[in-house]
Amino acid sequence: MMLEIKDLTVKYGGITAVDGISLHVDRGEIVALVGANGAGKSTTLLAVSSLVKIASGQICFEEEDVTKLPADAIVRRGLVQVPEGRQIFTKLTVAENLLMGSYVLSDHARAQKNQAFVMELFPILKERAKQSAGTLSGGEQQMLAIGRALMSSPKMLLLDEPSLGLSPILTQQVFDVLKGLKQADVTVLLIEQNAYDALEISDRAYIMETGQITLEGRCEDLLHDERIISAYLGGDL
Amino acid sequence: MNITYFLTILVSGLKLGSIYAIVAIGYSIVYGILRLINFAHGDIMTIGVYLILVFMNTMGLPLFVCVLLSVALSVGVGLLIERLAYRPLRDATEETTLISSLAVSALLQNVLQIIFSAQRKPFLLPKSISTPMQVGMFKLSVINIATYVVTAVFLVLLYALLKKTKIGAAMRACSENMRAARLMGVNVNRVVMFAFFIGSAMAVVAGLLLAGEYKTVYPSLGFVPGLKAFCAAVVGGIGSLGGAVTGAFVIGVAEILFQGLMPTTMTAYRDAFVFLLMVAVLLLRPNGLFGKNEGGRS
Repeated sequence: MMLEIKDLTVKYGGITAVDGISLHVDRGEIVALVGANGAGKSTTLLAVSSLVKIASGQICFEEEDVTKLPADAIVRRGLVQVPEGRQIFTKLTVAENLLMGSYVLSDHARAQKNQAFVMELFPILKERAKQSAGTLSGGEQQMLAIGRALMSSPKMLLLDEPSLGLSPILTQQVFDVLKGLKQADVTVLLIEQNAYDALEISDRAYIMETGQITLEGRCEDLLHDERIISAYLGGDL
Repeated sequence: MNITYFLTILVSGLKLGSIYAIVAIGYSIVYGILRLINFAHGDIMTIGVYLILVFMNTMGLPLFVCVLLSVALSVGVGLLIERLAYRPLRDATEETTLISSLAVSALLQNVLQIIFSAQRKPFLLPKSISTPMQVGMFKLSVINIATYVVTAVFLVLLYALLKKTKIGAAMRACSENMRAARLMGVNVNRVVMFAFFIGSAMAVVAGLLLAGEYKTVYPSLGFVPGLKAFCAAVVGGIGSLGGAVTGAFVIGVAEILFQGLMPTTMTAYRDAFVFLLMVAVLLLRPNGLFGKNEGGRS
């Protein structure tokens, strides 16, 4: 098992954002975490990346308890997040953003190799390498955010709404990249509001509502589940 | 007023501005990353000067060695302050850390007073470097000239550090979005320590230049120059290094011009004039000369 979350609870002040959820992702899988705004999906990912304090529960990565590890130690183990809203460094150049992505690598040659790989995956980043990242379009910024996360040769990516604000064509491009990652043996946990797209490209999915997981299953089953269709897929398909 | 007099004042103002610039950069890099106004920064200058004095008087070591030892120890103090007074407040509001830094400043001044007394002590640099020589139309000592050179070298090195190195890029990344930097695996505490390391080291050098100028040291030596350097950083647009340097030169030159051109009855108010200047700049440009309105930050 790649990632296992057991009975995770996160509270902001008095409000319980994540209420005792459990989920797991197997090696090589793409798993989607689907749900409405405010369901606690982003908080779950932030807890995994050690950016919010957790109230109780346990997070294991490759059978190791990483619950109490600081954020940089999680990245070093190969679990990297592409945060919501991309959060690229707009004042740094594209190349410098990628450099930050490989920050935990001490092996310079490997960082170079990863940069070549990322630039091959997203040729636009090579073209714009010297430009400041703030000048990129929204789609290009998303490519950069994913490329940056790939710079440390992660074993697993956590993606928080990678399609947010993108046109359908760009969304398709991003999802194609995610499918490609599967070939590259990168495991993915994906948050999406766009449930249909998420279920299309994922192997399994968890449905999250007000801090709890209400449904889970294989995507081909969920796509035909009446409850999912009425609640998330806009009625009949 | 003749032109020579004016130029002499200008050269003197640029010298003071250089010292402020070195200190202002320390304020600015720490503020840029932590949004913390480290009022204890000026007191690191004072500590540095006292340590140089101790090494010179008790061990009779060459000035260069004294400065190096002092830098090493003062950097240690700077890092200790960060660890004890600021890191536990990493998630606190800016007001809280501001008050913590004022408390540290008061504490350091009082400790220095207990150890060295409140009396001014002479701080005399070797005659060979402190005696003015005729350089063109100006009278300058070696230490005066060193002030310009050291500032220029620091600025170039810092620019290269920020633009050309991985830790420099990490500092800029943390300054823009600390959360994203964490998600990339940047150890933010280490970046913060590095900023304090650079700031403290530069503060000691600034303290040396300043005390060499005043020929004296006392427990609050660095406090007011520290405040002025902070004004410089604010005037330039806090967080912007180019702004801090420009602000420092504006304030240094304005201060000396005020002193040189005003009647002697007025010159006692030179500090007040500097702060008034800051208020005036902020009324016209609330974000400073080069500051951008960043709005909130995530």
